[in-house]
Amino acid sequence: MVGIAEPAAAAAAEDPMLPRRGRVRARKRELDGVVTLEIVPEAEFSAASAGQFNMLGLPGIGEIPISLSSDPAQGDGLVHTVRAVGPVSAALSRLTPGDTVWLRGPFGVGWPLAELAGRDVVVVSGGLGLAPLRPVLHRLLAERTRYGQIVLLHGARSPTEILYRREIAAWRRRLDIDIAITLDHAGADWRGHVGVVTHLIPQAAFDPHHATALVCGPEVMMRFAIAALGAAGLAASAIFLSLERNMQCAIGLCGHCQFGPFFVCRDGPVFRYDKVAPWLSVKEI
Amino acid sequence: MINALSMPCAVVTAVGVGALIAALRRDGYRVIGPTLRDQAIVVDTIRTLDDLPRGWTDHQEVAGYRLQRRDDAALFGYALGPQGWKRLLHPPVQPLWQMADAAGEPAASPPETERLAFLGVRACELRAIAIQDRVFLGGAARDPHYAARRAGLFVIAVNCGTAGGNCFCVSMASGPRVESGFDLVLTELLDEATPRYLVECGSDNGAKFLATLPKRAAEETDLAAARAISEATRASMRRAMPAGDHAALLRANPTHPRWDEVARRCLTCGNCTAVCPTCFCTAISDQSDITGRNMARERRWDSCFTSEFSFIHGGSVRSSGRSRYRQWLTHKLSTWVDQFGSSGCVGCGRCITWCPVGIDLTEEVRAIAANPTAEESRDDNA
Repeated sequence: MVGIAEPAAAAAAEDPMLPRRGRVRARKRELDGVVTLEIVPEAEFSAASAGQFNMLGLPGIGEIPISLSSDPAQGDGLVHTVRAVGPVSAALSRLTPGDTVWLRGPFGVGWPLAELAGRDVVVVSGGLGLAPLRPVLHRLLAERTRYGQIVLLHGARSPTEILYRREIAAWRRRLDIDIAITLDHAGADWRGHVGVVTHLIPQAAFDPHHATALVCGPEVMMRFAIAALGAAGLAASAIFLSLERNMQCAIGLCGHCQFGPFFVCRDGPVFRYDKVAPWLSVKEI
Repeated sequence: MINALSMPCAVVTAVGVGALIAALRRDGYRVIGPTLRDQAIVVDTIRTLDDLPRGWTDHQEVAGYRLQRRDDAALFGYALGPQGWKRLLHPPVQPLWQMADAAGEPAASPPETERLAFLGVRACELRAIAIQDRVFLGGAARDPHYAARRAGLFVIAVNCGTAGGNCFCVSMASGPRVESGFDLVLTELLDEATPRYLVECGSDNGAKFLATLPKRAAEETDLAAARAISEATRASMRRAMPAGDHAALLRANPTHPRWDEVARRCLTCGNCTAVCPTCFCTAISDQSDITGRNMARERRWDSCFTSEFSFIHGGSVRSSGRSRYRQWLTHKLSTWVDQFGSSGCVGCGRCITWCPVGIDLTEEVRAIAANPTAEESRDDNA
């Protein structure tokens, strides 16, 4: 037939659906039902950038997309924070050091690290949305002098639901990053903010004309955060968000992650807000 | 694009078509073509001329399909069966890999080595194959299974001699005349007592097979008769997609009240996605046997009409039928253009024939186009 296809053998050699073996080197319990796994790929694995994701799989159970949650420049392991909410994530959460896990990746478009130099950076996260932003914070703090103000605004459900709590405490001691945590529910012993994370935005110290905001959390939280960032003076083109959609192939072929014209797995998960604004405002898109 | 007229052409009888089937089979091809089964004309393995639906046609209307006898011996005297060629290039179930032991390695499912020859591909279906080529082979990630099946494909196209009741290829500029992407194209000429077939070549491989057939040279009258058939088919096509920029129209109208209206009729059964020759979405799932040692991953056709399709932790993104119909139609006619550079619709009309409640996408587009700035549906504020 006319044109198009290449020899089958060459195509099979680069089968994008074939996973590669990794081994769990460390497992850390973060919260109830949330663990962080450090995984070492057995063979060479392409370096990921912050905001990208890998497909983590267990044969016979399935495969799910999980964001990278530590700076790829620090160490050879792939660090992923997983909340046990379905069969695959529950099985991944039960892995212990030495166990095998199967990997494909890295996939997608990450955070615009190169564009942040010289600018104030406002990180806004909700719940586990802090996980894909953690590698950004690692990088910013490792090269602290390259950036202006750094602000982390994080919302969690309750005091026991604050992800990376000890690490946040360590960042606070540095005094070169402004951190505000707000909780949906808190007891009398909580001395911080209570309420939604968007309420922290007007009080945060950054120059809206020289700031870039990175937002990750539940979609409704991101919509309100984007509105508050806009009200604070940030341009739509200075706001980035990471979207979540059903992803099964991670290579733009299964169709599940479509968001308007985009395949979130391939064109995202990180998007510049002004590129996706028309679709983000439509329910059930 | 290959200009068919620069290649050899000839005229054969039904015997010549049978000889072509035999020649392809001798050369190692599995010939797939139209045949009668389950009171429909489906595509399946063809061994001889007798497997073809000689003297049958299909009557199609909105939510309706039935076979009818013709009063001639036409081999290709029908419009389109319920399923096209998609299931052969992009099968409903595709194994991805197997693992025989938890300590072992996943073994990729070998790409198909069987060479297929499609007999009877219509212009709209060739367009659909070209569209799926862009989906599976045109991006950064290529599907090795599709690539392998596609690489060995031999295509015998047929110019349509009759417009089905739901055909609208003329308005989608995808038919009825085959223009490119074939090895051979037949036009069935029924103006004499016995059918004859003008055979035009689109490739060297096509010419190689044509050379082996019992034939006579094509005359100007044969060529004129073939052109007249395409013209008559074009002129008899009753349905049309309204003219205009559908991509822009649907992009601008995600909150149009017509989506509520169509949702009241749509059963979200997914028939349209199953019969659509370009719908490509799949679900990926793992299987294991009772020992837990033998595991496999496979992909199956999926449909954006299921609520599971968009499920993420916390619930489905598209929980309403309204949003799922909107996703299907907007993807097909609008975001497909953004993703793959063309419409995802070829005008075959299968989604109209096989919709159990008779939803006609050309009517839905017409309704939105008639009132493009209608007031927003009330529950659209995110």
